[in-house]
Amino acid sequence: MRLNTKRFISAILITSFFIYSIVIYTTGTSVDKGKNYNTAQSRKGKLLFQKKNCIACHQIYGLGGYMGPDLTNVISAPGKGPVYIKAFLQNGTVRMPNFHLTETEKDEIVAFLTYADKTGVSPVKKFEINYDGTVNWKGKDEKGD
Amino acid sequence: MEPLTGKEKMKKEISIYFILFAIIALIGGVIFGLIGAFQFITPGFFDFIPFIKTRPLHVSMVISWIFLSAIGGIYYYLPTCCNVTLYSDKLPRIHLWIFILTGVIVIISYLSGQFGGREYWEFPPALAIPIIISWMLFGFNFFKTVFTRTEPWPVYIWMWGTGIFFFLFTYIESNLWVFPYFRDNLVRDITVQWKSNGSLVGSWNMLIYGTAIFLMDRIKNDDSIAKSRIAFIMYFLGLTNLIFNWAHHIYIVPNALWIRYIAYGISMTELIILGKIIWNWKASLSKALQDFHILTIRFIVASDVWIFLNLVLAIMLSIPAINIFTHGTHLTVAHAMGSTIGINTMILIASCLFLIPDITRKQFNPFQSKIISIGFWIMNIILLFFWLALVIAGYIKGYLVVQDKLIFQDIMLQIKPYLTIVALSGIGIFAGLLMVFIPSLKLIKDYIR
Repeated sequence: MRLNTKRFISAILITSFFIYSIVIYTTGTSVDKGKNYNTAQSRKGKLLFQKKNCIACHQIYGLGGYMGPDLTNVISAPGKGPVYIKAFLQNGTVRMPNFHLTETEKDEIVAFLTYADKTGVSPVKKFEINYDGTVNWKGKDEKGD
Repeated sequence: MEPLTGKEKMKKEISIYFILFAIIALIGGVIFGLIGAFQFITPGFFDFIPFIKTRPLHVSMVISWIFLSAIGGIYYYLPTCCNVTLYSDKLPRIHLWIFILTGVIVIISYLSGQFGGREYWEFPPALAIPIIISWMLFGFNFFKTVFTRTEPWPVYIWMWGTGIFFFLFTYIESNLWVFPYFRDNLVRDITVQWKSNGSLVGSWNMLIYGTAIFLMDRIKNDDSIAKSRIAFIMYFLGLTNLIFNWAHHIYIVPNALWIRYIAYGISMTELIILGKIIWNWKASLSKALQDFHILTIRFIVASDVWIFLNLVLAIMLSIPAINIFTHGTHLTVAHAMGSTIGINTMILIASCLFLIPDITRKQFNPFQSKIISIGFWIMNIILLFFWLALVIAGYIKGYLVVQDKLIFQDIMLQIKPYLTIVALSGIGIFAGLLMVFIPSLKLIKDYIR
């Protein structure tokens, strides 16, 4: 392969990378179905969720550790919700440390999980598989306002 | 071999320190991985370092192994084998010092419970600054060095350069969450996080696969493959995947639909790489077996087998209809572990086994070679059980989650036997690693003394 050809292909790919990155940062991720729940309190909760490294054990959208359950929709799951979350945060479990959070901090975590719940569904249990291997995620559209 | 003296020794010495710290990081990483694995199946085990600390310690130390061993190799291979003089001999020393000091602070931050809480980079975000500086130094030194080479670059120099460039960009990208524009929209935050994480892995794969091609080139004393048209076609195909195929990590995240379709389409081009591997085996298996006694080649042949297995798994996981069952299960872990241990670590061990005798000017004696050889077989056979147990656990979990009849704790109980196999296999893999590295550490120790 000639040097100029290599340079040309590299230039095309690197340029595509930067253009694609900008498109992802903007139009690719512009939708936020949970925006009405995206509050100052939920944003503090998100930072606290990171600061306590909750993702080491839990998942949001199936991404994170596998020691504990996926928390994307724990707020709206049958039999769960804010009180259920606070009970775990209050005492911890044999697998989960007690982080000794204040009431304000517990509310922030709940606010973050309420926001996360409104953004979409995980894990997806209602879907249709198409002939080309793609999937129609039915449950996704049920979230948000 | 004649012992190295004076300036030549000083120049090469830095690589041996990179390798020494790489091996220490790997041993530490595997120990924390083992503790984490047993904490998974035995709640309360080793309670004074909880799982929220053992997991990041494991991940960060294993990633350090990958970087230190790959970078140490490149610093050594460039001036000794690529007909160029390293632009600066001081910069690698500064690079190593920054790496070690940052690493120590990262470990202290984990142990004291100070987290940034981003998967794979769980330390406070301020520590990204020295990491970025160290990569800029590495990149500056690398490009200033290779641009002095008048002959055409073989594919591995392209791959190393690509790995450095894309790591720097995607690592900065992985820290964009510090800005509210990225952080405050959960969908954008997760999408950008996994865009960068996916491409980051692609970039360090460029460093490692480049090293594998370099080693084959040197051992066979034949640079025709590294300069061939097909090598560059595969390189550009790999680069295209690095840029566009990351979204299979986040098919279920509700971002724009076209992101998924692009990732799905590009991921399927990996079938070409799979076909190429099978074709190569057909053509070169007997030759590879002929050279199987050479330790470096042995580990590269093993990595070829693991590339095949993990590529099949990766292609399957990239099909949305399969991904819907496998996402968030131990099948993803099987892919990550299979790639990190089976592919990356095998190639990097091959590089260490090539580089350590070359720098120290001492060969492994027959007893040491035998120990390494036994370690090789133990690692690979037990890794297969480890990998299969994760695949089965992932399959069961995915099926049960979609069935939606059991709660989380019951699903975990169903897969516990397989996770026990994973934890026990981890001990075997660790034993195999020690058998490979103890003779290597002995050579390094004698050299440093």
